[in-house]
Amino acid sequence: MNLLILPIAIPLFTAVVLLLAPVKAGLQRWIGLAGSLAMTASAVLVFVETQRHGILVLQAGGWPAPFGITLVADLLAAMLLVATGVVGIAITASAFTGLDPLRESSGYHGLIQVLLMGVSGAFLTGDLFNLYVWFEVMLVSSFVLMAMHRTREQIAAAFKYVTLNLIASSLFLTALGLLYGGAGTLNMADLATVFQQREMGPYELILAMMLFTAFGIKAALFPLFFWLPASYHTPPAAVSAVFAGLLTKVGVYALIRVFTLLFPHAPPEFHALVLAQAACTMVVGLIGALTQRDFRKVLSFNLVGHLGYTTIGLGLMTRTALAASMFYMFHHIFVITNLYLIGGIFLRLRRTTSFPALGSILRDYPYAAALSMIPVFSLAGVPPLSGFVGKLALVRATFGAGAWWSGGIILAVGILTMVSMARLWDESFWKPSAEPDKSPMSRVMLIPIAGLAAVTLFISIAAEPIFELTLSASEQLLNPQIYVNAVLQGGRP
Amino acid sequence: MELILAITSGALYAAGFYLMLRRRLAQLIVGLGLLSNGTNLLIFTAGSLTRAKAPIIPEGQTAMAGPFADPVPQALVLTAIVIGFGVLAFALVLAHRVHAMTGSDDIDAMSKVRG
Repeated sequence: MNLLILPIAIPLFTAVVLLLAPVKAGLQRWIGLAGSLAMTASAVLVFVETQRHGILVLQAGGWPAPFGITLVADLLAAMLLVATGVVGIAITASAFTGLDPLRESSGYHGLIQVLLMGVSGAFLTGDLFNLYVWFEVMLVSSFVLMAMHRTREQIAAAFKYVTLNLIASSLFLTALGLLYGGAGTLNMADLATVFQQREMGPYELILAMMLFTAFGIKAALFPLFFWLPASYHTPPAAVSAVFAGLLTKVGVYALIRVFTLLFPHAPPEFHALVLAQAACTMVVGLIGALTQRDFRKVLSFNLVGHLGYTTIGLGLMTRTALAASMFYMFHHIFVITNLYLIGGIFLRLRRTTSFPALGSILRDYPYAAALSMIPVFSLAGVPPLSGFVGKLALVRATFGAGAWWSGGIILAVGILTMVSMARLWDESFWKPSAEPDKSPMSRVMLIPIAGLAAVTLFISIAAEPIFELTLSASEQLLNPQIYVNAVLQGGRP
Repeated sequence: MELILAITSGALYAAGFYLMLRRRLAQLIVGLGLLSNGTNLLIFTAGSLTRAKAPIIPEGQTAMAGPFADPVPQALVLTAIVIGFGVLAFALVLAHRVHAMTGSDDIDAMSKVRG
């Protein structure tokens, strides 16, 4: 049996079991957690196999490559799968304490599993139309998760989220129709061979820009990111944390996959455009973060800003730059998920996350504050945490590629992030609050946060082996022929 | 035939985007529906139109003979229709919820009053 189906099949199976199981909160939680653990185990297996044997390929139903649907795992996809599993565990664990009973009884756990299935499918698929289907699986479950609540603010946010994402999907689907009309295939490896034999004419350029825009909306890149800060701060932490950690990263992954495989010979103007867009995303995101006075809104803008870091590699297209971007993406998944979970704890303790109502967390809850230090400081880029390593690698890669201005912007945005995180730390942890409150906090709430903080520490300590991994992943991406051969010439090379 | 379908699909896109720029929720949803139908038509047209046979191998033979229609765009359109239908149904329910909550179907009414 091929491993590659497992990270998709396990969440699907878990979701079905959750649908059929009696709606008792305890039972649903444990089934969900068991499903996430099993999915992570399968993702780790895929990762180990990918590292040992190179790119793994599964031809679904035994149909050979350009005709059937192919599942492919290269190093990048395998790393992101493992990250998906870990975030899944953290989210299902955080649902033990951090969720309102109403939401939990209306199918939360099943929907999270469907979401995880969509994310894994998007990382694994080797077919563009199949990618569209996984996007929709992911989106529909995220729509329901987001709109499952009753307050006006949440519904309004859900509406913006739904509309913008549907426009992006339509654009993606339009591009797929034109792609099939012009190239006669939607298998990514097959498309890569078709496009290798062609110049980048107007047709290819239009397609590239349509895909760029569609994925750009999903990845929340400048100037298409406005839906994200308008919606991500409203749902409870057990929902928004998984959105923040994974959904935008799927958009970035799709960008990296499509543009390294299909359009590796895009004109230099395109790469300049990607770099400029990354710079604008970083600057605008962080300036937005500095204007906000709410813990979760600050996080939303920081999320947008830091997505810029993850596309710099695509703009430079050098081995080290791509590796640095992937390293940053990997680290950011855990850090931002953790920060949203921490925001959820504040929400439960103080009923709000706006800065005037926060403060004194360090005095009242020293353990929680000590754990929060790790993701906050890592996002800020304080050495020796993972954020610092990622930024250092990016700065070195941009300077090495001669993109001085881009490296300068990374450094400047690093300072802005530092300011934004320092202010967040000051306002919510240090500042004395108006009235001391001693509402008890259960230690169970801290387990997922401690787990994710441990992952961040691990990435910081094992930075070199992980960076080596992203270097080999970027070698795979920069030689699309490896991917094409693995898919079209039947399984392992 | 391609020209007619291309114009139709373009008109659907234009109408869809126009409706989505309006302030009313109902129009927004109709706009989304038109947009997804325009896309389906586009996939169908781009996948080359033909009056040829259905792509089914006759009994007793092992290969197709003569010109036949490409089944892939049809499969794509079918999938896209199903997904579009589901999403549209969800958007309608969401709009219903908004209407029940704010008593209006003006998009700005959602954000004006804080919940």
